[in-house]
Amino acid sequence: MDERRLDGNAVGGLLGEVFTFEVTMAEAACDRCGTVAHVGETMAYVTEIGTVVRCARCDNALIRIAQNPRGYFLDLRGVSYLRF
Amino acid sequence: MSEGFVSRGFRGRRRQTDDRLPPGQYLVEGFPVLSAGPTPRTPLDEWDFSISGEVDEPKRWTWEDFQALPSEEITRDIHCVTKWSKLGTAWEGVSIDTLLEGVETAAEHVLAFCDGGYTTNLPLEDVTGGRAWIAYAHDGKPLEPEHGGPARLLVPHLYFWKSAKWVRGLQLTTYDIPGFWESLGYHNYGDPWREQRYWGD
Repeated sequence: MDERRLDGNAVGGLLGEVFTFEVTMAEAACDRCGTVAHVGETMAYVTEIGTVVRCARCDNALIRIAQNPRGYFLDLRGVSYLRF
Repeated sequence: MSEGFVSRGFRGRRRQTDDRLPPGQYLVEGFPVLSAGPTPRTPLDEWDFSISGEVDEPKRWTWEDFQALPSEEITRDIHCVTKWSKLGTAWEGVSIDTLLEGVETAAEHVLAFCDGGYTTNLPLEDVTGGRAWIAYAHDGKPLEPEHGGPARLLVPHLYFWKSAKWVRGLQLTTYDIPGFWESLGYHNYGDPWREQRYWGD
């Protein structure tokens, strides 16, 4: 067994550090056009079904969030990275 | 309000309306707009509609080709997952049966794709048999961009998020690909009469 292959709980501390950042201040890179902008500078569309955060340059869906009785769903497929 | 207002006729009409209202829904007279992005404005000379994926030969129509296809007038009730329903909406468009004529496929699913990147998935059998259309007119007028013009999918027997606005084609697949909202907790099938709003409903 590869000793670098660990149970996901092993990175609980690191993930705990990561998921405390001020999201609107983070830089998000659009995975379609490559534009890097603070999340607060993107365009958000808030609907009753869910919220879509789009790249201000190309309108690619960067972040999709639904809040419904099955939970919060967070889809970051449109972001190639977040830097904070 | 006087007692006379609640006439027998009024109650009768209410009952008939309630029969057409799926569980948890309320009636609206207007036509609410729900968009999770900017309204695309594709010029008609750049618009096309395609059938792709698991087919022997992909098909494609320009706007002009599409207008030449036999069209149908459709009047149906529509039901949004946000709980509004609108009765007797009038549309004109091309039946998916017409578009799939002569198409040989082993596919059991379709993924509708749209300008703006929206997608929604449906069983192939739910868009055939006279149950789904590509609609380009509403109330006798060209479909307005905010309601999905120049053309939208119309699948009135399922929640209206399945009736994708600004639709540009159908990808036929042998496997199911959850669409834009279906991958975020919304029901994969979306039957309003069984109140299939969310996963597990």
